Amino acid sequence: MKLVDSTPSGNVKAASRQMEFVTVTVAGQLLGLPISRVHDVFVVSEMTTVPLAPGEIAGLLNLRGRVVTAVSLRRRLGLGDIPDAGRRMAVGLENQGEAYGLLVDDVGEVLKLNPDEMQPNPVHMDRGWVGLSQGVHQLRDQLLIVLDVDAVLAFETEREAA
Amino acid sequence: MDDLLLEFLTETNEHLETVDVEMVRFEQDPNNEAILSNIFRLVHTIKGTCGFLGLPRLEALAHAAETLMGKFRDGMAVTTPAVSLILSTLDRIKEILGELERQGAEPEGSDGDLIELLDRMASQEPPAPEAAPPPKAPQSTGAAIHQVLERELKPGEVSLDELERAFQEAPGPEKSTTAGTLTYQVLERPLKPGEVSLDDLERAFREAPGPAPLVIDKPVEKVSSEKPAAPASPPAIQQKKNADSPETGESGEGISGKVQTIRVNVDTLEHLMTMVSELVLTRNQLLEIARRSSEDHGYKVPLQRLSQVTAELQDGVMKTRMQPIGNAWQKLPRVVRDLSNELSKKIDLVMQGADTELDRQVLEVIKDPLTHMVRNSADHGIENPADRKAAGKSEKGTIRLNAYHEGGSITIEIADDGKGLNFAAIRKKAGERGIASDAELERMSDAQVAKFIFHPGFSTAAKVTSVSGRGVGMDVVKTNIELIGGTVDIRSEQGRGTTFTIKIPLTLAIVAALIVSSKDQRFAIPQIAVSELVRVSPTSEHSIERINGTPILRLRDRLLPIVPLSKVMGLSGNEDANHGFVVVTQVAHQRFGILVDGVFHTEEIVVKPMSTKLRHIQLFSGNTILGDGAVVLIIDPNGLARMVGSESDRNEFQSDASAEQAVVAADEMTSLLVFRGGSESLKAVPLSLVTRLEEIEASTIEWSSGRPVVQYRGRLMPLVSCDEELTIKREGMQSLLVFSDGDVSMGLAVAEIVDIVEDKLDIELLAERSDLVGSAVVRGRTTEIVNVAHYLPMVLETWSRKERKGGSERSLLLVDSSTFFRDMLVPVLKASGYRVQTASTAQEAVRLLSNGLHIDVVVTDLELSGHSGFALVASLRADPHHSTTPVIGLTVKPDPQQIALARKLHISEIVSKIDRRGLLSALAELNGTLEEAA
Repeated sequence: MKLVDSTPSGNVKAASRQMEFVTVTVAGQLLGLPISRVHDVFVVSEMTTVPLAPGEIAGLLNLRGRVVTAVSLRRRLGLGDIPDAGRRMAVGLENQGEAYGLLVDDVGEVLKLNPDEMQPNPVHMDRGWVGLSQGVHQLRDQLLIVLDVDAVLAFETEREAA
Repeated sequence: MDDLLLEFLTETNEHLETVDVEMVRFEQDPNNEAILSNIFRLVHTIKGTCGFLGLPRLEALAHAAETLMGKFRDGMAVTTPAVSLILSTLDRIKEILGELERQGAEPEGSDGDLIELLDRMASQEPPAPEAAPPPKAPQSTGAAIHQVLERELKPGEVSLDELERAFQEAPGPEKSTTAGTLTYQVLERPLKPGEVSLDDLERAFREAPGPAPLVIDKPVEKVSSEKPAAPASPPAIQQKKNADSPETGESGEGISGKVQTIRVNVDTLEHLMTMVSELVLTRNQLLEIARRSSEDHGYKVPLQRLSQVTAELQDGVMKTRMQPIGNAWQKLPRVVRDLSNELSKKIDLVMQGADTELDRQVLEVIKDPLTHMVRNSADHGIENPADRKAAGKSEKGTIRLNAYHEGGSITIEIADDGKGLNFAAIRKKAGERGIASDAELERMSDAQVAKFIFHPGFSTAAKVTSVSGRGVGMDVVKTNIELIGGTVDIRSEQGRGTTFTIKIPLTLAIVAALIVSSKDQRFAIPQIAVSELVRVSPTSEHSIERINGTPILRLRDRLLPIVPLSKVMGLSGNEDANHGFVVVTQVAHQRFGILVDGVFHTEEIVVKPMSTKLRHIQLFSGNTILGDGAVVLIIDPNGLARMVGSESDRNEFQSDASAEQAVVAADEMTSLLVFRGGSESLKAVPLSLVTRLEEIEASTIEWSSGRPVVQYRGRLMPLVSCDEELTIKREGMQSLLVFSDGDVSMGLAVAEIVDIVEDKLDIELLAERSDLVGSAVVRGRTTEIVNVAHYLPMVLETWSRKERKGGSERSLLLVDSSTFFRDMLVPVLKASGYRVQTASTAQEAVRLLSNGLHIDVVVTDLELSGHSGFALVASLRADPHHSTTPVIGLTVKPDPQQIALARKLHISEIVSKIDRRGLLSALAELNGTLEEAA
C-alpha cells in the first residue's frame, strides 16, 4: 500500500493537521476509514454464516485464531450483495473490545487529507448514508465519504431504538 | 485446629479488614447507603459464622454492633462516638480472633462493657447531644477519646483513630517536618491498603503491654492540650518499630500453620486458562494437518506426545478451577444442627449431588448465599414440631439441597417442606415499605409477590432473632448470584414449603461437543446435553412420522418430538426431511430430538463468547474454531428448547418425568394429545401414554363375537370406542390411539385427532365417571381428561387383573446402565403391572428420586458403571423418604460378599440378571408384603 499525497488544493504545508484514511470501495463509491481505527486489511477465505443473525452480519471469520464478526458494508449501506463474489476483502476494526471485519469490494490506498477541507454531507444524501458519514472530501477525480466507524458498527442499537 | 475454624479465621479476618476500611469511609460519608449495607452485610456474616461455630463472645459482640448499625440504617445520626464504639468492638473481635488462632479456643473474659455501651447507644433515640458537634472543637474530640479510652481495655488504637481524624480536621500540619511526613504515612494508608499499618500499631500496643500505658498517656495529654497528633505519633510509630520483631516472628508462625494452599490471583488463573485454550486450539490444528498428510516426517510421535501433554495440562488447569459443590456445603450440617437446637425445631438436611463440580470462582460467590438460604429455610421455613404436627406433617422438617448439571448450567435447589411464604404478609410489608402501591399489589400474582423478599432490608419476621429476620440476606443472595450471571427463582406453596432454584451458567472454557451438520453447515452441540444418536430414514426401523405436520419419532415406545435443525435455523424451505440423524437431547426434564443431516465426531472445543451483536440469538451459546480452522457455532440446547417452544403455537416438548405422573404433578407442564369423541367436547390424554397414532381403513376392522378387532402388526388388537356416542366406523378411515403395554395393545377409536398441546394439567376430579379422570382447562377450553385405565379391562383380561385396584399400579424404578437390559426388562415389568421409570446411572436415579418421583420399588443393577449400585442404595437409605423403599438387586453372579452387603442395606432380594422369572417372583413376593402392609 503506497502513500499518496493527494490533497486537492496541493496544500502540503499543513501536514501536521492531516489525517490519514484507508480508502475502500463499495459499489464504485470511494469511502475512507480513519487509519487509527483500522487494525489490518485481509482477504476473506472461509466464512461461517450465522443463521438468524441481523442482515448486516455476513458471518464469522477466523482471523489468526480469533473469531471476528464480519459486517457487510454493502448491506449496511442498503446495497445488494455482489452476485459474483470472488476475492473478498475485509478491513479489521475494533469496537468496544470486539473484533469486526468490514467486508468491502476492494481496498485502495492510504490518503492524507486535511480535515478542514471536509465538507458536510450534501443535504439530499440518502438518509441511511448520512448517519454513517462524517462528511465528504473532494478528491481530484471523485468524492470520498468519510465513514463514521462507530456508527457503521452500531446497527443493532439502531434497530432496537426503532 | 479443625479446617472449619481455620477457614473461618481467614475469612473473618478478610471481612474485618474490609469493614475497617468501609467504616472509615462511612464515617466520612454517612449518607452513603451502599457502604453501610456492605458493612452491615459483612458484620452479619461474621455474626452468623460465629454463631454456628459456637463462639459466644464473638457472636454477642457482632450482634450488638449489628444492632447499632441497624439503627444507622433506620436513620439514626452517625456520630463519631458511635463509629468509634463500633471500631473498638471490631478491634475486640480481632483480639479475640487472635487468641482463637493461637489457642484454638475463645479466650476467657467478658465483653459486657462494650455490649452495654453498644446497646445503650442503639437505644438512644436521638443521638447523644454532647457527641453531636464533635468535629469542630478539639476539646470535645479529646473528651470523646477519654470516654472510649476508659471503656476500652486497650485504648491505643482508638486514640489512633482519633488522631487520624484530628489530622484530617487540621489540614495544615505545619509542625516539625519529620513528624509530619511520618503521620502522613499513617494517614494516607487507611484510604487504600490502610488498616495494615493501623493494625500493626494496634497489635503492637497489644503485644507490648509494658510500654503501652506510657504511650497512651502521652497522646491523651497532647490531644487535649490542643497540639494534636503530630508529637504524639512519633512514639506510636516508635512503638510499632519496637514491637515489629516479635510481631513478624509470630505472624511467621501463624503463616506456616495456615499456608497449605496458595491463593492465586484469579486473573493469573484466567490467563493460564486462556493460554491453555489457545494451546488446545493449536494442537487441534496440528492434529488436523497430520491427519491430512499421509507422510510422516517424523513429527507424528512428538505430536502425539504434545497432544497428550496438552490434554493433561488442560485437565490440570481445569482442576485448579473446579471444586465439588460439597465443599461449600461442608459447614451446613452443623449450621442446621445448631439452628435446630437453638430454635427447638427438628430439621433434617438432605444433600444430593455434592460431587457436582463447579468453577472455584463461582463456588466462592455462592457459598455465602447458600448458607444464608439454608439458615432462612431453617428459621422461617420450617415450623416448630407442634405446628407441623397440627398441620398434619411429620414433626421433623426437611431441608433438601440438590445440585446437578443441566445443559450448560448448574442448578442448585434449596427446598424445605415448611410453611411456605406468607404472601399476605409480604404484600402488607411491601405496601408499608412503599415498594409497590396497594393497587399494584392486588394485581400481582403470588409468584411476583414472592420476589419482594429479594428487596434489601425486607423481612416479615415478627421478631428479630439472632439467626435471621433483619432482612439482610436475600438481597445479598440475589446480588451475589446475579453477579456471576445466575438467576434465583422461588416457588412456594402455602403449607407445603418453599423451593429456591439457583441457576448458574457453567462458564467452562473448554467443553466436549458433538459436531453435526445441517445443510452443509457445521454446528457444535455440547456433549453434556446429548443422550443418544438415532439414524433415521423412511425405510429403516426408525422413521420420522408426522402428526399434523409436526415431526415425531417413536423411540422405545415413547413419542419423541423432533426439531429439524435446518428449520429452526431457517436454512431450508424443505420441511419434509426424513433422512439423517436424530440427536436425542435432554434439557432439564425435557427430551427432544434434533434432526441433523450428518454427524461427524466429538471434539474438545474452546468456547468463545458470541459477539454482542449476535448474543440475542437464543439458539447459540457461543462459537469456536475447529481443528481445521473453521468457525463453528455452538448450539444452546436450552435456547433451542425455548425457541421452538415460543415460536410454534403448540409446544411439542413433552416433559419426560411429569408425563408419567401427569395426574399427580399438577404444576408440571404435560404434553396432551387432544382429540374428539362422539360428542362435541374435547378429550385429552397424556401424550406419553399413547404409543402410536394410527389411521386404519374401516373395512379392515373385523368383528369377532360382536367386538371390534383389527389385525395390527401381526396380532389381533381389540378396539374400543372412546365414548358411547361414538360408533366405530364401518367405512372410510378410522383414527385410533394405540396404547401398548408390553406385547398387548389396544386401539381407542376417536372421531378426530385435534392437536398436541403442552399445558399445565390442573384436573378437577370427577368421581361419578370412571372413563374420565376429570376435566381440565387446556388451551383455554374445557377438556375431558380420559382415564385410559377405564378402557383396558373392557378389552383385555390381562389388564383387568392388574387394574383391579383402581389403577393404582405400583411404580418401579429400574436402574441399569445397559440399554439392552433396560429394553429387555421394561416390557416384562410393565406386563406385570408396574409403571416403570428407568435410569441409566446412579446419579440419574438419585436425581429422579429427589425430584419427588414416587417409587414403590427400586430394581437396580448392583454393578452400575461409575457408581456402584450399592452406593445408590446407601444413598437411598440415607434419605428418609426412601429409607424403607424395597430394593431388588440385579447381578450377573451373586457372591457371598455382595449378599452380606445387600443384607446390611436392606436389599430385599438379589436376583441374577438373566433370571426373569426370579425377578418377577421376587417382585410378587414384595407386592404381597406391601399389600399386607397397606
